[in-house]
Amino acid sequence: MEIKSNVKNITFYRRKTTNIVMLSFSFLAALITLLPLIFIFYYTISKGIANLNVNFFTKLPTPVGESGGGMVNAIIGTLILIAIGGGIGIPVGIFTGTYLSEFGHNKFGFVVRFLTDVLSGIPSIVVGVVAYTLVVVPMKHFSAAAGGVALAILMIPTITRTTEEMIKLVPQSYREAGLALGIPKWKTTLLIVLKTAWKGIATGVLLGLSRAAGETAPLLFTALDNRFWSTNIFQPIASLTVYIYQYASAPYKDWNDQAWTAALVLILLISLLSLIFRIITRSKYKTTN
Amino acid sequence: MYSSSILSIKKFGWGFLTSSTWDPFSEVFGALPMIYGTLVSSLLGLIIAIPLGLGVAVFLSELAPSWLEKPLSFLTELLAGIPSVIYGLWGIFVLVPWLRDSVEPFLQNEFPNSPFFQGAPYGFGMLAAAIILSIMVLPIISSISRDVLKSVPNSQREAAYALGATKWEVTKIVLSYAKSGLLGAIILGLGRAIGETMAVTMVIGNRPQISTSLLAPGYTMASVLANEFTEATSDLYLNSLIELALVLFVITIIINIFARLLVWSTERKWKLSPM
Repeated sequence: MEIKSNVKNITFYRRKTTNIVMLSFSFLAALITLLPLIFIFYYTISKGIANLNVNFFTKLPTPVGESGGGMVNAIIGTLILIAIGGGIGIPVGIFTGTYLSEFGHNKFGFVVRFLTDVLSGIPSIVVGVVAYTLVVVPMKHFSAAAGGVALAILMIPTITRTTEEMIKLVPQSYREAGLALGIPKWKTTLLIVLKTAWKGIATGVLLGLSRAAGETAPLLFTALDNRFWSTNIFQPIASLTVYIYQYASAPYKDWNDQAWTAALVLILLISLLSLIFRIITRSKYKTTN
Repeated sequence: MYSSSILSIKKFGWGFLTSSTWDPFSEVFGALPMIYGTLVSSLLGLIIAIPLGLGVAVFLSELAPSWLEKPLSFLTELLAGIPSVIYGLWGIFVLVPWLRDSVEPFLQNEFPNSPFFQGAPYGFGMLAAAIILSIMVLPIISSISRDVLKSVPNSQREAAYALGATKWEVTKIVLSYAKSGLLGAIILGLGRAIGETMAVTMVIGNRPQISTSLLAPGYTMASVLANEFTEATSDLYLNSLIELALVLFVITIIINIFARLLVWSTERKWKLSPM
């Protein structure tokens, strides 16, 4: 009898210990995951803040050894690239998403949905190669437009999926009401369904834009780089991310320091986008209450 | 892309995938070192990221109280939102010196005969790439697995508790119920790791060689493209690079389709289940 209860006790404690060990491992994993986040933010802010001054936002880059240069061309370049990418990607993404949700309940819609999912998994550098063969080769030189096309291809899956999900949330009765009033289907979709869902769609758009702002790989051989002031979209253009890459890999200390500042500015830019995103989503809840 | 890489396909045939010489000067191109580097760095990254990612997912879906769950999920998603070039920057100036000065000498002292830790500790190399990749893949694995775990019906948990199972035993049952969805999450992470360019390019050392040592520099398909595309002077060189992109594209497409099908099939299973 005694032995038996002993055995029972041992299994009981073994189960208890495994329980505690595994659960604390899970807790530990959550902690370890947060470590890099804290590290990266700490280093970016502490190392980037030193060079963060007016010059950085107003001056062009200087040659190695000369201090006081800025990256105004790269900041503008990044904004121009996002604008071109958005100009192509946003309409395509929204229309595809609308199509999928309103008219896409057939085989073609299924295929398109699957392809968008797959498209979102393609490495960004491969997208860069595609944009290179599509735009750079026919134009015979690198250009901001090519970079914008690459960014647009990267944005489309995000925007399409969010649009589709958001439009699905619009109550069916809205559509029926529109149709019952004799409004044609396309008008119902455009003026009622899209209007109701626009805030959700806007968050998807901002998500896509902020992703695109952080992309480097597809820009390396599409938008290339430009040491000078340029707003011509048919010429090579500078961007923050490409500068971070070049300045970080260079063997000069003041360039490395500027890379950290550029990283800080990039993070600030992206945070600004997601701040807008937060404000939009918040006002959505206010109006519904 | 196929038509743009026709020159190198004609010249090298299948040898492109199996030859290990990459010499732009004599115009001989073989992609094996890059394919090897891509696979090894991604798999190593996954080996680190899988237990951590699943641990986080279990913590978020099974253990964390709801006031903690929201901010924690937000933070892990923030990790996914950091541009990869900033990971690379952090890798060069923080991770690599740390590996070079403390971790790699330590590993060499502890395992002097292991083939994995031979050669001079540069800091730049496979190990650094694998660590960076694991950090970048973690948020994907953890957020998808969390969603998968959350959609496991509660009756499964209740049934296990009713039989007197401990919390971990319940979690084990939940995990086995969600098996294929979790596998899908891991494979999506693999797809991301294989295609990751900037961060890896900045820390892997960029040398087209095959070495068993994790401390030695390597090369991946994506980083060759990033480094050499604008420098490709001859048509054959450019064509070889585009063919490399084609190989990378095909690999990631296959991985992604496979992963999507897995995630879809589990989701459909739950929809049909009488819950």
